[in-house]
Amino acid sequence: MTDPLLEARGLEIRFGGVVAADGVNLTIDEGKNLAIIGPNGAGKTTFLNICTGWLKPSKGQVFFRGEDVTRLPPRKIVQRGVARAFQIPQLFGEHTAMENLMIAVSAREGRQSPLLQMQSQPERSEMQDLLELVGCTDVADARVDELSEGQRKLIDIAVALALKPRLLLMDEPTSGVASSEKFEIMDILVKALAQADVTAVFVEHDMGIVENYADEVAVWNSGEVQMRGTPAEILAHPDVIRDVIGEETA
Amino acid sequence: MSTRHFLPLLALLLLLFVPMAAPGLQILLTLALAKAIAVMGVTLLLRAGQVSFGHALFFGISAYAAAFIAATSLDDLVLLLIAGTAGAALSGLLVGLFVVRYRGIFFGMLNLAFSMIFWSILEKFYHYTGGADGLRLPRPTVLGLSLDRAPFELLLFYLTLALTIGLGWFTLRFLGSPIGQLFQTVKTNETRLEYLGVSARTTLLKGYVLSAALCGIGGILVATAQGIVTPSYAYWIRSGEMVFIAVLGGAGSIPGAVAGALAYEIVRAYAAAFAADIWQLVLGVFLLVVILFAPGGLAGIYTAIANRLSRRDPSPTAHSPNEARQ
Repeated sequence: MTDPLLEARGLEIRFGGVVAADGVNLTIDEGKNLAIIGPNGAGKTTFLNICTGWLKPSKGQVFFRGEDVTRLPPRKIVQRGVARAFQIPQLFGEHTAMENLMIAVSAREGRQSPLLQMQSQPERSEMQDLLELVGCTDVADARVDELSEGQRKLIDIAVALALKPRLLLMDEPTSGVASSEKFEIMDILVKALAQADVTAVFVEHDMGIVENYADEVAVWNSGEVQMRGTPAEILAHPDVIRDVIGEETA
Repeated sequence: MSTRHFLPLLALLLLLFVPMAAPGLQILLTLALAKAIAVMGVTLLLRAGQVSFGHALFFGISAYAAAFIAATSLDDLVLLLIAGTAGAALSGLLVGLFVVRYRGIFFGMLNLAFSMIFWSILEKFYHYTGGADGLRLPRPTVLGLSLDRAPFELLLFYLTLALTIGLGWFTLRFLGSPIGQLFQTVKTNETRLEYLGVSARTTLLKGYVLSAALCGIGGILVATAQGIVTPSYAYWIRSGEMVFIAVLGGAGSIPGAVAGALAYEIVRAYAAAFAADIWQLVLGVFLLVVILFAPGGLAGIYTAIANRLSRRDPSPTAHSPNEARQ
């Protein structure tokens, strides 16, 4: 059995009286896309924030490829191969989609010379490939703050993929996107992840998306992982139907 | 040649002939161009979304460094430039290590605080700094040659012009480089920057040191042209003047910084000559008019005119403000 890509051991964090994580243990295996579902405010996004160093747990540890990254700042964790895409896309709004990707590549390569220029041909073709991967070649030269929410989500994911991560953590990749576009976006996304050999963890409220695109599902409720299994097992479970799916469809 | 580049090149050509065609303007333009270099430093920070109300600190540090060195036997202009710039950059690094932890008004006011501390030191340590009277900066040699006043001022004019062009080019190059692009994203999204594996503070610090060095070069050139350095070099009014010129030229535009400095010095000189009691009022009204009717400053006005003229020109227009501000 291989070591997990990411492992959370005994994570605890509270916000005032609210327990977001209460001794959580969770492993993420390479090559298996994991969906985290649960009621609003259960602590799912907090888990992503802890794994990427944005929040520090009061107890517990996070290991990425065997290394304890609990106390590292986000940038150090990113440098080790964990990327993040956000519920509200985090892009450089005044720049074009292509420029956003070029900035990401520059950051990945750690270029420091003030006399280098951004537009080298091999990089441009790498960026073109990424835009093609997420189906956004037609908006390469458009300012990202002028794009639709769906396109911005895809560019946000492309920026994360430009870092060549091993693990991509995504917070509600299809929220704010028109229902008609959700599956189209997920088709593109899952294909892009497979092609780039990236394992994904995504927090999701849309059970249709979970059912179709996750390899595994973890149910997060009241600060703990209550169950874990395949989408078919989890989505048919009476507790999940009562506590999570019921809430989502209410 | 595109319409966009024609006027700047024409202005540059005209500047080359100033010593022959309008010698009376030579010293005024030397001072204006030297200030333009300092304003480039302030403008650079504006590209990262930060306003410094204390960059006269570096202007003053380099000017005093030049004055101290000029008082020794090492009074060569090249040496003054190198030492003053190094002093400004080093102090920029030290101050920057602290101020880059803050943003917005806190960043601006902390810079102001540092500059006022330095100003107080200059005022109070009379025996070393000359107090409010300042220090004389005798005319330095140039690569070992002692020049009379007229050829020295001529050389200083062309040196300042060359440095304005060279440093303007370098600053634009920096902004277009990967590190410069990362620097500018401090303004728009530090969260994403961190999640690209980049420290926003370190990135801002690099730009801050460059901006301090630019202010330092401006300070040495002004001090050398005036032959005296006083605490007013580091006073808050000087910092405010730099921000004023940066806004006038077009916040974030490097060519705008040069245009703003030239316009500011010319308006100030003529307003002082023809309306001695109300020249500040004239300047204030001038800035108000620019802000109200052309929020993009002089660079914005020029870009708008160039865009209008180039509609018939097939050359591509800017897509993003990033390009438009070059």
